[in-house]
Amino acid sequence: MVPFGGWDMPVQYSGIINEVKAVRTASGIFDVSHMGRLYISGPQAGAFLDRMLTGSATGLRQGRARYCLICNESGGVIDDTIFYRLGDDEYLLIPNAGNRPSVVEWFNQWIESEFSGGVSIDDRTTETGLIALQGSGAAALLDGICTLSGGELPSSLRFFTWGEGDLGSHQVFVGRTGYTGEDGFELSMSNQDAAAVWNALAEAGALPCGLGARDVLRLEAALPLHGHEIDASTSPIEAGLDRFVRREGDYIGQPVLAQQRNDGTERKLVGLTLPGRSAPRAEYPILAAGQEVGRITSGSFSPTLDTSIAMGYVLAGHSESGTTLDVDIRGRTATATVVPLPFYSRS
Amino acid sequence: MSPEDRKYTREHEWAKVEDADAKLVSVGITHFAQDELGDIVYFDLPNVGENVSYMQKMGEVESVKAVSDLFSPVTGRIESVNNELVDHPELVNDDPFDSGWIMRVVLEDLGELDTLMSASEYDEYTGAS
Repeated sequence: MVPFGGWDMPVQYSGIINEVKAVRTASGIFDVSHMGRLYISGPQAGAFLDRMLTGSATGLRQGRARYCLICNESGGVIDDTIFYRLGDDEYLLIPNAGNRPSVVEWFNQWIESEFSGGVSIDDRTTETGLIALQGSGAAALLDGICTLSGGELPSSLRFFTWGEGDLGSHQVFVGRTGYTGEDGFELSMSNQDAAAVWNALAEAGALPCGLGARDVLRLEAALPLHGHEIDASTSPIEAGLDRFVRREGDYIGQPVLAQQRNDGTERKLVGLTLPGRSAPRAEYPILAAGQEVGRITSGSFSPTLDTSIAMGYVLAGHSESGTTLDVDIRGRTATATVVPLPFYSRS
Repeated sequence: MSPEDRKYTREHEWAKVEDADAKLVSVGITHFAQDELGDIVYFDLPNVGENVSYMQKMGEVESVKAVSDLFSPVTGRIESVNNELVDHPELVNDDPFDSGWIMRVVLEDLGELDTLMSASEYDEYTGAS
């Protein structure tokens, strides 16, 4: 167990490589109860989220989910999030574990100044469990043990939509989303049902997976991790997340992001592959002709691709796919090639 | 329980006498160490002929989750390294005390091993006993 964002988290159960392979070829389960569950409601809930988020909340249809960023006035990323539209004036927003207090504080600050009385935030993180079921076999597995309230099967949900259902005698919220680059679901339930739901999924054949596998899977899929690829001093434009940023709209950070999109940014996030299995890790220098041109943000051996992969920021002139760069791995120079992201995408 | 035919360090390496007359010992990491590291993907091994000294960095081991330094449990000259680990670093996960050996060293003084922990002391140290 390791400390992570204020929670004690298992790094691995049966081994990271084994767990990664299970998700890519069958299915795995992750206890992600450390992620926040913020229920945001009130007559101005939609307008408020439109102001806070780079993605539109009022434009999101009920029953759907969306990935986007919460930015500060300089366009830096306070957090990235998936949020669900639960009703006309009700949303469920999932912040990262370590960022939940700062997101709540940030939201409250803006509610007070611009939306006073119109929005309320109900933080149900510690009252509920959140379990991610991920993998190419996830839908078939869940269909076998869970029925949605309308009688449909979970596989009838499209990606980035949600439903409610019963898993045995337990009520679950079922969002078809994830953080592995694989098909899958995130299931939320009351605390007292969490262990039983976990056990039912494991008995149905999903392999328990830890934080280590989750990090490798998200890196293979080039999904950003706050504190690595994105943070309060990094913009979503630099991070290549343009498609999750509205061009128009009066949301916080919009003027800076619009300008960056127009003018380009000094540095860009790139994907790198390196022959062999030794991987660059966060903060290792990236060099061109002996000069530092950037830093690694995440790196790992990729069990799926059987090579080392990394993401990092480089000066824009070195960001073209095919560019060869050097990475200083603890004093050893390794050759890396810029490649298009993601490293892995499911077929 | 750790094998009793060798000695152990607090950094979770082991040293086993292979040929007392030649002062030749084999060196590796313990089951406890490989379990802590998780899936090992890469070894940065020292070169044959180089000298190593007690608790000096002799290389690096990289698992999926982290990189760790390897420290030599002994002082002497490297007689050979386990080149199998280049292509099959997972040997150390599977068999840390035998086929997952890391290097063989000709010691300056076999008596150096007396300062290391016995198997029972090491197991007590790791909480395994």
